[in-house]
Amino acid sequence: MTTHRFDVDVSAWIGSYPFRELPHPDAAILVQVLQRERIGQAWVGSLPSAWHRDPAPSNAWLYEALAPHADVLRPSPTVRPDWPGWEDVLDEAVRRGAPSVRVYPMQLGIGATSPVLPALARSAAARGLVIQLTVRFEDLRQRHPTDTVPDLTAAHVRVLVRADSRVRVIVSGAGRDLIEETHWSLTPEEQSRCFWDWAWVWGPPEDHLEHLVRTVGPERFTFGGFWPLRLVQAPLATFSLLSPLLPAVTMTSGLRITAEAMSHVV
Amino acid sequence: MAPRHLIDPHAHFHWSGSRDDHARYNASRLNAGDRMGILYHVASILGTWGRRSPTYFASPADVEAGNDAMYDITDAEPARVRAYVHVNPNHTEHALREIDRGVARGAVGVKLSASRRADDPLNDPIVAEAGRRGMPVLHHIWQHRQRDWGMQEASDAIELVRLAARHPGTNFILAHIGGGGDWAHTINVIRDVPNVYPDTSGSGVDRGMLDAYLASVGAQRLLWAADLTLCTGLAKLQALEVIGMPQADLDDICWRNAVRIFPPATFELT
Repeated sequence: MTTHRFDVDVSAWIGSYPFRELPHPDAAILVQVLQRERIGQAWVGSLPSAWHRDPAPSNAWLYEALAPHADVLRPSPTVRPDWPGWEDVLDEAVRRGAPSVRVYPMQLGIGATSPVLPALARSAAARGLVIQLTVRFEDLRQRHPTDTVPDLTAAHVRVLVRADSRVRVIVSGAGRDLIEETHWSLTPEEQSRCFWDWAWVWGPPEDHLEHLVRTVGPERFTFGGFWPLRLVQAPLATFSLLSPLLPAVTMTSGLRITAEAMSHVV
Repeated sequence: MAPRHLIDPHAHFHWSGSRDDHARYNASRLNAGDRMGILYHVASILGTWGRRSPTYFASPADVEAGNDAMYDITDAEPARVRAYVHVNPNHTEHALREIDRGVARGAVGVKLSASRRADDPLNDPIVAEAGRRGMPVLHHIWQHRQRDWGMQEASDAIELVRLAARHPGTNFILAHIGGGGDWAHTINVIRDVPNVYPDTSGSGVDRGMLDAYLASVGAQRLLWAADLTLCTGLAKLQALEVIGMPQADLDDICWRNAVRIFPPATFELT
């Protein structure tokens, strides 16, 4: 029997990327990668949907592409909360067994003060859906000249977390600065509902992950690999290089996050 | 499949003149390196890393102080650390004296600061001297530099290749294909330039990057390296190990190419 290193990879996508060719970003390949790296399952988004005006067609494609691999790949459709009928996306996500929905406020030009974000938080929480945010897809230094979208801000995360006491938010691709700015701007209760992957958090010799494990705590982190954009080995390597002097570190499983989100659904 | 040895030809350390937690930082690099299997860190210290003069425009005094601190580390860690001599080409005579002084202290390569565009003639006497001594030149590269970035006069592969073409007897390490900018741009520029060796370091871990470089420049010119983030270095090492390349190619990338371009007897490998 395989012992999983992590139960869930919450930060995976399939599909093409508008700014460069990705090697075979297909569901079947992702399944092989998960097996090779001993990761139990992945929550998978549609990568191109982050740039689509209407994510509905891309979500339909996502459900179809993942269906043959339903035992290990769980859909995480994209919702655009300023688009007519957006709550239908949430209802379908529930029907399809999705653990989460993804929203890309920066790509959509949704500011942190927009009322659509609290509305999304309340609607997702009522349905037991986790909300997933992505700070960036590529390093600022390498982006295509037309990719002028700035990184996600702490204000966006805060407004979602604070909007509803039931909502769970996972943020992918944050660095130490954004994690600390956000975490320490939330109450302890709010902090407990906000989770981060460490795909963009550095290990030695700066030891940012070790610092964060000691300060904000390992329970705030959940595994995210950033496939197919980045090597899934990166966050695995960073985790493996945590100081052996640290007590056994257990990050939070995505399964626990979704169970917490579901516990409020009546 | 793992490489027989592992050499990091692009490493850095700190000292009391650059950051207060330098001892913790240096110990973290060495400890993590041991866990990863790094036998040698070939490293430089860039002056005061911006504390007293800019990292890439370090004053002559800071260049000397940083180099001295680097040599102290190699003296303390002779089994696992080798030194570059760091030079600022805006001070040509000083740079040449630093190379002379560095060789006397055991330096094995030249870290040419991004203080002047790579194709600037000011760099010529420095890289010629490095070539004469059989020392490779490591140069900070911004992959596809489309504008000037603050606090450095960075170059891209096109500019470095102009310098390399003028000095075919000198080997150049093109720094960090994962370190910023567009790595895909560099590939086509250096494909047919035999004295330019790209290193894999940098925080970038894009899928497809390693495969593209292997397909283009081949295993005999690619150097595994980590630079400032050992975690992404380990990730790229593990990615290379699962690509399915021949053992000889993996060994070339991880240590044998370094052995070829650094002076003889730089590394003691069994």
